[in-house]
Amino acid sequence: MIASGFLAQVALMVIAIVIASVTRARYRALVCGVAVALIGVAGVVTGALALGGHQGTATVPVALPMGALTLEATPLGGLFTLVVGAVGAITAIYAIGYVHGPSASRTSWIALAVFLTSMQLVPATADVVSFLLAWELMAIASTVLVLTEHAERSNVRTAAVWYAAMTQVSFSLLLIGFAILSAQVGSTQFGDFSSTQWNPVAASVAFVTLVLGFATKAGIVPMHVWLPRAHPEAPSHVSALMSAAMVKMGVYGALLVTTRFLVDGIVWWSLLVLALGMVSAIYGILQASVASDIKILLAYSTTENIGLMFLAIGSASLLRAYGIPGTAQVAIAACLLLVVAHAAFKTTLFLGAGSILRATGLRDLDRLGGLGSRMPVTSLTFGIGALGAAALPFTVGFVAEWVLLQALIHGAGSNNRILAIVMPVTVGAVALTAGLALMTFVKAYGIAFLARPRSDAATGAKETPVSMRIAMGASAALVIALGLVPGLAARAAATAGGLSDVGSVGLLGIDLPGIGALLDPAWLGILSGILAIAVIGVSIRAMRKRPRRSVDLAWVGGGVRVSPRMQYTATSYAEPLSRIFDDSLRPQRDVIVTHSSEARYLVERIQYRQRVSDVFEGRIYQPVIAVTERLSAAARNLQNGKIHFYLAYSFIALLIILVVVTQ
Amino acid sequence: MSATAASLAFIQIVVMVLLTPLLIGLIRQVRSLLEGRAGAGVLQPWRDIRKLFGKEPLRAPGMSWVQAVGPVVLATSSLLLCALIPLVGTVAFPLIPDDLFVVVGVLLVGTVALALVGLDTGTAFGGMGSSRHMMIAALVEPTVLVAIYALSVPIGSSALSQIVNSKIESPVTVASPVSLLVLVALSIAVIAETSRMPVDNPATHLELTMVHEAMVLESSGRDLAWLELGSWLRLGALLGLIGSLAIPWGLAVEIAPIPLLVGSIMLTIKLTVLGCILAIVEVFLAKLRLFRVPELLAGSFVLALLAVTASYLTVPA
Repeated sequence: MIASGFLAQVALMVIAIVIASVTRARYRALVCGVAVALIGVAGVVTGALALGGHQGTATVPVALPMGALTLEATPLGGLFTLVVGAVGAITAIYAIGYVHGPSASRTSWIALAVFLTSMQLVPATADVVSFLLAWELMAIASTVLVLTEHAERSNVRTAAVWYAAMTQVSFSLLLIGFAILSAQVGSTQFGDFSSTQWNPVAASVAFVTLVLGFATKAGIVPMHVWLPRAHPEAPSHVSALMSAAMVKMGVYGALLVTTRFLVDGIVWWSLLVLALGMVSAIYGILQASVASDIKILLAYSTTENIGLMFLAIGSASLLRAYGIPGTAQVAIAACLLLVVAHAAFKTTLFLGAGSILRATGLRDLDRLGGLGSRMPVTSLTFGIGALGAAALPFTVGFVAEWVLLQALIHGAGSNNRILAIVMPVTVGAVALTAGLALMTFVKAYGIAFLARPRSDAATGAKETPVSMRIAMGASAALVIALGLVPGLAARAAATAGGLSDVGSVGLLGIDLPGIGALLDPAWLGILSGILAIAVIGVSIRAMRKRPRRSVDLAWVGGGVRVSPRMQYTATSYAEPLSRIFDDSLRPQRDVIVTHSSEARYLVERIQYRQRVSDVFEGRIYQPVIAVTERLSAAARNLQNGKIHFYLAYSFIALLIILVVVTQ
Repeated sequence: MSATAASLAFIQIVVMVLLTPLLIGLIRQVRSLLEGRAGAGVLQPWRDIRKLFGKEPLRAPGMSWVQAVGPVVLATSSLLLCALIPLVGTVAFPLIPDDLFVVVGVLLVGTVALALVGLDTGTAFGGMGSSRHMMIAALVEPTVLVAIYALSVPIGSSALSQIVNSKIESPVTVASPVSLLVLVALSIAVIAETSRMPVDNPATHLELTMVHEAMVLESSGRDLAWLELGSWLRLGALLGLIGSLAIPWGLAVEIAPIPLLVGSIMLTIKLTVLGCILAIVEVFLAKLRLFRVPELLAGSFVLALLAVTASYLTVPA
């Protein structure tokens, strides 16, 4: 059954490619959208079967020296396939209405089908070669998709170069790591990796390279630089797919390394993963909170969420290393719940951002505003996604963060000094992240959808076509449904993480084993519903007597409604934060004051410009790029195109070879 | 749903709705007397609320449904806080334990509702207040969660009623260094979260210093009534929480008329004392510059962090 699931995904991909190549442009979006969505559905079904305990392998015999390519169903892989499939199906439906121009081309649809299928197959692979093949296919297809609009904006090409470079760095690191592991075991099958006595040095090197390789794909600081470039420049449905699904493959890889390959970890390994996660979470959300480009904001928020997942993985390994395996399992379950939660709300948010982009042509929050009344459906779904990203109650984001915090505060029962210091700091970091996320998403929603439009483009915005609304509605519904009745998702996460007995209480709430903490959001919802009815009842009674009145001027001292330009913008909203965290963000501010020519004390004009650049990019990447460019320029002197130089080179090379050989 | 827990929640909500406007009146009256003014009397907040419910809300062009829904959400979240936090008794719902993370989540729903109301007005003041309010909320959160963590370490649970119950059973823990550190840290966090001095001056309409007032500036009628009542209930519930943690005795551990009466009277006394202390402190404190607030909050975070490490090192393994 599982094997036919794998087969169905590949077959559907071939069908989608054929359909994309032959259909006429008029029907292409509809037909291809449905075909790609079917690939996603096949992934969801296969993943659900694997989670349900179905076993199965599919083997593709090939003439490679490393043996056959194997696909195998595991509960962990199943969960990831399911998440990717769901995100893929929703974004494909969205794409039907969204695609236009280059994103509606044959190439783009074919790349989308290949991208989705390869992502669904990565978690199913059971040996190094097929894993790397699927991984590289995923990387290539996504690079093509990032390049979609390259003819329209030059930024797209820069973004694609950054993305391609980083994704190849990731691939090379993985190659090294897997090579070390395979050399130690003498096999490329994942199954053989788990039961080996490792040489500590080799294992450490393999651990670091593998974790860094996966962290690069996942967008962990300091390898996150491609995220805020590639996400904004890709078409929005691709951004959603990359952010909600593809970066999760990095998390899957990290889980694979820490829970299957190198299980009995050394303490500093766990601390490394924990530190990577903590820094990413805080740095990501700080950048997001000061970003005013909505897609850059979402990209940095992805770094934050992935950081939280790495933080959960790191604390799980740490707890396991200190002999608290029960809580460690809960931390792994928390990581997987974060994966599910982030997939749900980030899909909603990126699709919402795509709708804004389509309706106004703008990504800059500073020029949006008042979209709530113009795009009611987008406003509602984006709002729900923002609540999820801010981890407020009744959303899946809250459930995930609650499980994570419960795992962390129950982390130490022993008199362990390291845990007594690491765990509180971790809780503090998670809390700071949650607080800043709250501010970030209040800003994103409030500035874009509330108040009055700050530009003509925002004033003229129109609601999006029906297929986009369906897709946004579906993912927003998931954010709320999984948040109100998290029992099923929690049990799926627990199964995938190898924790057998997460119980459900009440209306499918969560009961964490061994911790004695339970959460039943549905009952909390019922209670708050009762209270809300009482409040609304009083309001309605008051409303009968005195209905709301519309006025042109409410409470304006000067007698005119102030101009929309005087409203707070995204930049001004985040100004206090960017001042407080001045040292870590290093924003560049220019204030140019022009005085009146007649009187020095009169100011004619003030120009204010602020730019927040990425500290890591400036400090780490620019020097490396500069050195590389200098070396390349030096190499150009050798390659000067004169034929007698080349002849001399060959002669010298020949001499050297002769000397070496004859020794 | 347990009927006893539901009745306790009902009693807590009724008591708190009756008490908190009086608490605000008391704070204002004490401040006035200390500052040499006559004051409007402790009943003035109740009169204000009655007046506001009788007035029509105004709607300026460009305002959205948030103007009407936000106040309702804030009021609901505050009522939910009153129902969940052990104020009169420590009997929790079996399926909705008063888990502190959930309580903080409910509190933040109110915070966000208020911030969105501020942004929706489409004026410079609303956005300014909203931005400052969210910044403070973001920086308060680490203190609150780490303080909770410290409280949860000795008993292995983050449920408030269990924490308070364990304090009733072993009174020694109330005066332990951990508890004291947590109380100080939480008090600073509560003051910041409820916009009191020295973080925000609730009596000002000066544009440079406003936080809370700037957000509700454009609301009127019943919208404003809910915003005010909701904010007061938050203050009352959080002060009550501090009261329950500092002096846990007197809280009803079972549902019967006498313990509930004792619990309610104790709550009244605790709120009165805390309100007077708050008022006196506010008279003698100047408002901090906005950009000095993070330093205060960082200090409270350090206290909370010390509390956690202390609780690990003092608890026998």
